[in-house]
Amino acid sequence: MKPYLELAIGFARTGVTGYGGGPSTIPLIEFEAVKKYKWMTEEEFGETLALANTLPGPIATKMAAYIGYKVKGSMGATVAILTHILPSIIAMLALLGVLYSFRQSPVVSGMVQGVTPVIGFMLAEMAYRFYQKGSQGLGLPKNLILAAVSLIFVQFLEWHPGILIAIVLSTAFYIAHRKEQANKKAAEEYMPVREKSS
Amino acid sequence: MIYWDIFWAFFIANLLGYGGGPATIPLIQIEVVNNNGWMTLSEFGDVLAIANALPGPIATKMAGFIGYELGGVLGAAVALAATILPSALAVIVLFKFVNLFKDSPKVKLMTKSVQPIIAVLLAVMAYQFFMSAFEKSGMLHLLLLAAVSYLTLIKFKVHPSLVIFGALFYGGIFLS
Repeated sequence: MKPYLELAIGFARTGVTGYGGGPSTIPLIEFEAVKKYKWMTEEEFGETLALANTLPGPIATKMAAYIGYKVKGSMGATVAILTHILPSIIAMLALLGVLYSFRQSPVVSGMVQGVTPVIGFMLAEMAYRFYQKGSQGLGLPKNLILAAVSLIFVQFLEWHPGILIAIVLSTAFYIAHRKEQANKKAAEEYMPVREKSS
Repeated sequence: MIYWDIFWAFFIANLLGYGGGPATIPLIQIEVVNNNGWMTLSEFGDVLAIANALPGPIATKMAGFIGYELGGVLGAAVALAATILPSALAVIVLFKFVNLFKDSPKVKLMTKSVQPIIAVLLAVMAYQFFMSAFEKSGMLHLLLLAAVSYLTLIKFKVHPSLVIFGALFYGGIFLS
């Protein structure tokens, strides 16, 4: 029972204290997994995070799934995921339930109006952060071109963004693949020279 | 079959959301508001506001609540399963091949290339919220609330939940 209880406590605690979505809970999960309960070493945690980042979908639940699985198999994974996500979902149902049952009241509609610009601002700030990450990774010109192209396709031509994302992902895969092949070829051409000299 | 629609909507949104939960928000919005018409944009905004005010992963809060609104506890379970299971199973299975993927330049370039698209999707959403605030509450309140959001969230690093609750309070008094 003890490992399950530890998983439950560790992941419930990170679920209710991490603000700003999954990525912001990663350092908290690392604290529980590496320092507090020693489910894995720091290196292992880093490897898990790197792998989880290569897959789509929410990051926190991917981490919970793998760590839970490592500690106690499928049951461990289930316990870790559920304790991580359920408290905040229940709190959300309760809060929105109250807000919705007074939907007609002018005070509630005022509250909704009050929060709209704040959400707009939070989204704008998130957009800016993603844009910056893109600039760091791709360089300014490519990032700007990709952003402009996606604005045109999504906003003005009304494409489903999924199609655009799928195209960009497969193009990126292809370009990286071509580069790898080219590097391999270059390495092979150098090989015989090195062998002779050694 | 509403449950199948719920599953499909959240599965697609999370499959394409490369880079964690927040990246999936505009994709969830497209499925829920544009494609299926389950909510209006302003209803979606309320849900997002409350989700942002509470701790925990954002994608599962959205899935849990929207699924519950559409199909009760089973609806919530279906939406959550579609959000979590595919990637959770994949991470467990794929770990056996970890060294093949971890530092792969393919994966790195793919992740980088999606960032500007996500940025644009979020910027478009931000614009829609600003426009809706402009129409309902007018320029003065919009500018004031946006400026205060900037000061509190960015300059003084106030906790987001405090800012959200502050805005709810402000709206309840001055915008009702």
